[in-house]
Parts: sequence; structure tokens; C-alpha cells
Amino acid sequence: MAIAARTPFPFTAIVGQAEMKQALLLAAVEPRLGGVMVFGDRGTGKSTAVRALAGLLPPMKVVPGCRYKCAPDDRSPCIEGCRERAGKHVEESAVPFVDLPLGATEDRVVGSLDLERALATGEKRFEPGLLAKANRGFLYIDEINLLEDHLVDLLLDVAVSGTNVVEREGLSIRHPARFILVGSGNPEEGELRPQLLDRFGLSVDVRTPTDIGDRIEIVKRCDRFDRDPVGFVAEFEDSEQHTLEAIAKARKLLPKVQVEDEMLGLGAQLCSAVGADGLRGELTLLRAARAQAALAGKKHVKPHHLAEVATMALRHRLRRNVLDDTGSTARITRAIAELVPA
Amino acid sequence: MTPEGESDTSGERWALALAAIDVLVAAGNAVGGILLRARPGPVRDAWSDALNLVVPTRRLPASADAEAMDGGLDLTATLASGKPVHRAGILADAQGKALVVPMAERLNPALAARLATAIDYGAPPLVLFDEGDPEDAERERIPQGLADRLAIHIDLNSVRLDMAALIAGEAPPPPLEMLAEPGAIAKDPEAALAVAAAALGIASVRAPIMAVRVARAHARADDRPDDIEQLREADMAAAAALVLGPRATRLPPPPEEEPPPPEEQPDDQPPPEEPPPPPPPSDDNQGDDQEQPEPPPFDPTDMILDAAQTALPPGLLDALAAGTMGKAPKASGSSGAKQKSITSGRPAGVRPGMPGRGARLALIETIKTAAPWQKIRPVREDGRLAIRTDDLRIRRFTAQTQSTTIFAVDASGSAAFARLAEAKGAVELLLAEAYVKRAEVALVAFRGMEAALALPPTRSLPRAKKELAGLAGGGGTPIAAGLDLARKVAEAEKGRGRTPLVVVLTDGRANVGGNAGQSPQDAALASARAYRASGIACVFIDCSPRPRPQGTELANAMGARLVTLPRVDAKSVVAAVKAASGGVT
Repeated sequence: MAIAARTPFPFTAIVGQAEMKQALLLAAVEPRLGGVMVFGDRGTGKSTAVRALAGLLPPMKVVPGCRYKCAPDDRSPCIEGCRERAGKHVEESAVPFVDLPLGATEDRVVGSLDLERALATGEKRFEPGLLAKANRGFLYIDEINLLEDHLVDLLLDVAVSGTNVVEREGLSIRHPARFILVGSGNPEEGELRPQLLDRFGLSVDVRTPTDIGDRIEIVKRCDRFDRDPVGFVAEFEDSEQHTLEAIAKARKLLPKVQVEDEMLGLGAQLCSAVGADGLRGELTLLRAARAQAALAGKKHVKPHHLAEVATMALRHRLRRNVLDDTGSTARITRAIAELVPA
Repeated sequence: MTPEGESDTSGERWALALAAIDVLVAAGNAVGGILLRARPGPVRDAWSDALNLVVPTRRLPASADAEAMDGGLDLTATLASGKPVHRAGILADAQGKALVVPMAERLNPALAARLATAIDYGAPPLVLFDEGDPEDAERERIPQGLADRLAIHIDLNSVRLDMAALIAGEAPPPPLEMLAEPGAIAKDPEAALAVAAAALGIASVRAPIMAVRVARAHARADDRPDDIEQLREADMAAAAALVLGPRATRLPPPPEEEPPPPEEQPDDQPPPEEPPPPPPPSDDNQGDDQEQPEPPPFDPTDMILDAAQTALPPGLLDALAAGTMGKAPKASGSSGAKQKSITSGRPAGVRPGMPGRGARLALIETIKTAAPWQKIRPVREDGRLAIRTDDLRIRRFTAQTQSTTIFAVDASGSAAFARLAEAKGAVELLLAEAYVKRAEVALVAFRGMEAALALPPTRSLPRAKKELAGLAGGGGTPIAAGLDLARKVAEAEKGRGRTPLVVVLTDGRANVGGNAGQSPQDAALASARAYRASGIACVFIDCSPRPRPQGTELANAMGARLVTLPRVDAKSVVAAVKAASGGVT
């Protein structure tokens, strides 16, 4: 039963792990959230969930033939001028999902001189790397805590600026590279640098399911998927379609969702109550709450939206308190209980 | 273990190892592959021969890097022909074969991660040879993410083969059947395997999923249908012994605690945290099974647990006894940790960068990088290679992490004399071994009103003997001061890029320290909590003759491993230290 070209496991068929699924949905609705970091043990379905999400997203409109998958309505000029060439033509393309392997060389990540062309015709042409491929999509790094330092620095730089600047081998290129960074890793195998951790919008802890019923159900679903991927996927088509529509609707609604001053105040209070450093936490909290409201089909952010996303938006930003070893999650839960009326 | 005892399990393990080959052939890459723990030798060679008989294999060269896995431009051929020539990567090349990875324990994390991703996307089945010495606590380990994805784990280290056949160079003995008869049909195999996995303390859900695949592959290898309703005793036994047993982290509850009614069985084997609810109503056609004329389907859970126990990881029992299970070994190479160095250590590849400031130029790599561009770069007048800044490559090294063990010893009260003497003995024992491992040892003693650094971190045995000779005992017990000072030393050691381990030896009852609003014990607890926040590894050795809750409280606050040694002696202290440092010391 060789597993041929993998059909992704359906997102909605994943048993449990509600927080991780919720965080991934929020990131899909609001790309500006800044990605998701998934911490967890081995064999908890981290990679499966992230890869499943990519298969779930609605296709996006792109300029035909553009190697960077630029959006047709984007104003900034495409570096290769494909938008002018394409005129009014528009293509649909699946949302890119790029797996960044740990051992990737810098060349492969940033892109480099197209060796083939250089040798064959002497032409200097840029061969886009993984960052270009991930533009407007997802960049997934499994075991991100084991990633080489220089690659981490490079990713941070690009993730912040949204542009990849290449100055090497006589090339001078800058191209858009806006992607949603999704990392996963097992903290026991190496910690993540705080600078990198802070860059992630949301962070979730996945635990191995302890409920024996859930575990049996997982084993059964995986076995059914092994035997008949097509049939299994068909079984979940309705729920997949349902989720896809929810994402599309939420994206449309998002710009219209209002965040009243009161909610801004509550967000600030929450952040200071738990001791989350920096403005980034507050901004992420409010953006996540907004996406949460949009997913629920609401036009106004309510206190319970903030409460629902506070843990994943803030848990990785808390200062370590020497005198209080309570876990981050517990501290946030406590603050929510105090500040948000039930 | 006696030789007879070894030969008892030896035959079983060998048969199991051979059965694994059949399963691998039947399963293809759905089970990821095999992790074989065996040192190089005749047994492993015989197993490899048996594997080669049925599957073509491709060996992963030791020099392979992540790039070689995926292929790329063949530089030599490209330069020779002036046209780009592509070379297939090892992964593509191994399609339809099994990819054999010798010395897998030395696989670098990047390559291991590449292989793990490849498995997710349908790589050729992998066969990893872990050649680490099982007796050696400091052996390198296969990255967990990869090991977990390989369904079948086998241990051949204790297998003995028939010497006469080996001398004669005969073919490996034919596989013995694990169970000659396929046995009865198993009832709800998925649930049984999931329950068994939980009973054996296997956290990863991947294990039972893999076990189901192995069971089905086993049925196919035996020319029987592999429908889930048709799996039999032998299939379940194979899945248990190949997948679950080797991953066990604890023994299942003893059988007398397992009343027979199968409906309630999950309640009898609780997972680590909480008692589970009964299993969901099964959607399988159990009802139909029961109406078949065959012997009625039996509940395979007990049988699975029995079979799994034939393949428990060696050392599990010892580890359970020593209380060292459940701590994952620290892996190397975390982002931001001070382990990648450009100046010294084991070579860890090259990267672009400027030489200087201690970074050494990687000459060959630099020339290799520059070579393909020579045609398009303007020709230099002197005819030399045109090398640009971009081409420069520097070497990197992985520095060995070195450890410092810091003893914080309670030198107070009447028992001080004995306790100090044994702590000194432990320091000396550790230092005697430390020369090889470049570990350092320090000692903080606390008594009277304050704590003092009696022995600053050192690797020198004579110096330790000299400085510890005049150490006095008696007086009050300022635990807070002792913990604070030991933590300062530990943090300074961290700053030096070393891995500290704090070992506290006390009876846990503070009577000095704190202030008006804080009792000495509370002050000690506050100092202990600082350890948890700073993430320093520690061991708390409670050496009071009758352990009281204070010691446990302090150890919990520190996040320390608690060891109770009412009669301290240097050797058991050293053993506790070694268990805690997981091979760092």
C-alpha cells in the first residue's frame, strides 16, 4: 500500500486539537496576524493539520505567468513586468504552500542566479527561491527550533519587510515575499529564540490526546484514510466545503468588522494584566479578536472574542516572572476571568 | 543476565527481525521503515543479507548532505560539457528500493529532518542502523522526529546466532514463524492497539496508527486478506512486538487488575493523566463477526500486551527502577543556543561568509562555488580563477557542550560531617571521570548565616582535594542563601556556554534566612522557584533520615528531580547526577 502522491488528510477530519485548528483558521482569515507557532510532542498531528489547511483555502487570483504570483489588483510594479504584459488577463491559482526543509541552503531559500541559463546562454537571470514561491501563501517550517541561525535571521528580515532583497552573484533583485509563517516544533528538542518566537502572531500548545476514545478514533480514521483516501476525503467533503466557505465569508467581512474604543481599552488592560511585553502583543490580540468576530459572522468585536483568542495571542510573549512559576496559560486565564465579564 | 537467558530471547528477537523484513516488503513506504539497533557485526550482516535477498537496497553515503538527497546540478559533468547536467538525488535514485542509512545515530539534524519530511511525502522505505552502544548512556541518539516516523523498531544487540553456520558462511537461517497459525480473528483491532499503546505509556498517536498498518501488512505477507475485520492473532502480535513494545515507556498494569469484560477494558488501563471514558460505539461490523462460523473474535488486548513485552527496549526496566524515564534527552542544535561555533569543535559544514574574526576559509568549497561561474565572468588577465566575495565560504564547527555540576551542600547541624564527607567523595569521583569528558565541578556550602563558594568550577582533582580539605560544618541552615549562590554560579556557567546542573544535598528544613515577614522556609521556597523560571537543570537529594514534606516541596518548586537518600554515600550521589544529566556530565 505505497502512499502515492499524497492526498492531504482532510482538515475537518482531524480529531480534537481545537485550539490549533482555530489558530490556523484565524491566520488564514487575517494574513497580517503574523503566522502561527505550534508547539507540541511528537505524533500529535501538527504537520498533518498545517498541511491540511493548505488544501482547504480558496484559490486566489494571480497575474498570468508571474513567477511571484502577484495579485492583479496590486499597485506595486511587478519586477518582471508581467502585469503589463498580461493586460487584463487573470488566472486562478491555488494558495501556495511551501515546506521549508531544515537543511535548505540559503540559495534555495532566497533564490539565486539561474545556473542553467548562465551556463547555457551566459544570461544573468534570477531563479526565485522558496521565499518567492511562498509569496501570498504559507511557509511551513517543521522543527523550526532546529533551523540554522543564519536562516532564521534571514526569514525574520523578510517576514517583517514583506520583501526579499537579493544582492549576490551580481544580481540585484527585490521581490515581494509576503507569507504566513507557520512553524512547529518540540520544545524539548531545543528552544526557540525569543526574537523569533515574538514574531509569530499566535502560538498554540498541542498535547497528545489522552482520551482513549479520541485516540481510538484517530487510529480508525487514519486507517480508513490509508485504505481509501478518495472515499475518505469524499466523506468529509461537506464539512471541508463548509469550512472553506466560512473562511471566504470571514475574509470578506473582516474589513467591515468594527473594533470600538472600549475593546481597545480592554485589550490594553489584558496585556498589562498579564505582563505581555510590547505593542506587538496588543496589536495581535486585537487583530485576532477581529478575525474571530469575522469567523463568527459578527460585525463588532465583543469581549468574548478577545477572551477566546487571548491565550494564543499572548502566551508566548509573557515575561518570565521569577516569583511566580504559574504557566503562561494559567496566568492569562486568570486575567481573563478577572477582566472579562462572563 | 545469564547467557542462557540471552539465548532464550535471542531466538525470538531474531525471528522478529526477519519477520520485519516481510512486513516491510508488504507494506512499502506506508510504515516509514525500520530502525534497527545493532552494532556492526555478524548478526547485523546476516540481517542485511536477508534484507538484500528480498529488497534491492541503496546505501546512503556518509558524505550525503540535504542537497544530495534532492539532486541538482552535476558540477563536474556540467563543467566538462559546458551544458547543465542534472544528477538525480538519492531519494529519487532509491525509488523502488530501500534506503539504508548506516551510523544513523550520527545523522545530522538537518538531514534527519529532510528524511522525516520525505517519509511524509512518500519516500522509499528507510532502514536505519543505530550503531550506538546500548550500554553507553552518552551515546548519540537518532533525532526523535525521524525515529517516531519509522514504524518498526528492532533491537539485535542481544541476539546470538548459531556460530557453526556463521563460520561456514551459510545463508542466514530461514525466518521462524512467530506463530505458526494465524490464530483467531481479533476483535476491533484498532481500539485494541490504541488501548495497548496507552497502557504501555506511549504518548505518540503515530504509534498505534503505524501498528495498524503493520498488522495489515503482516496479514498480506501471509497471503491473507488485510481487511481490518480479518486481522488475526498473529498480525496483532507482530504489530505489538515490532511497533508498540520497543516504544514502551512503562509496563502495563499487572494482569490481576484487569477484569475480563472487554467493554470496560479501557478503564482498567488508564492513560497517564485521567481515567478515560468508555470507547465510542464502534462502527465496525462486530456483530457480523460474531455470527461467523469461525471461532468467535477474541479480545486481543492482553495478547498484544504480552507480545509487546517480548520486545521491550533493553534497559527499560533499569531505567524505570532508577526513575530516569520520561525525560527526553536534550537534542543538540537549538536555534540560538551557543552550540554552532565558527572557531572550534567538530566540523559542521560550510556557509557563505567572510573569513576573519576567527572564521576559517573553506578553500575547496570556495573554489567549487566559483567554478561554475568562470565562463560568464570576465577572464582575468593573469588567467587565474575569478573569485568574488559571494563565493567565499567559511567553515563551521559544532562545539561540544560541556557541563558543570554544581553541588549545593547543606553543611549545617550535626549530620554535616557525614554529609560533607560524602559530597566531597562525589566531587572527587566525578572529577576523576571528568578528565575525559571535560566536565567541571563546583561546590557551594551553606551553614551558619551564609553560603560560600567552597570550590569554584574546576576540572582539577588535586585542586578540589586541597580546597575541600578544610571545609567546616555545623550551625544553622540557610537554604535560601545556598540556593541563591548556586544559581548565580549556574548562570555564570551558562554565560560561559556550558551546561550547568545543580545538585542540592540537604534535609530540606531551613532555619536561617528570610526576614520579618518571611519564614526561612518560605525564603527557601522563593529561591527554589527562581530555578524553575531560569530553566536550570537540578537534582534535589533529600538526605534526612526520615524524609518530610519540606524536601518534596522544595524539589517541586525547583522543578528538580527528587532523590531520597537517607544514607548518603558518594556513589549513589554520582549515580543520581549521571541519571539527571542524561549523559552530559
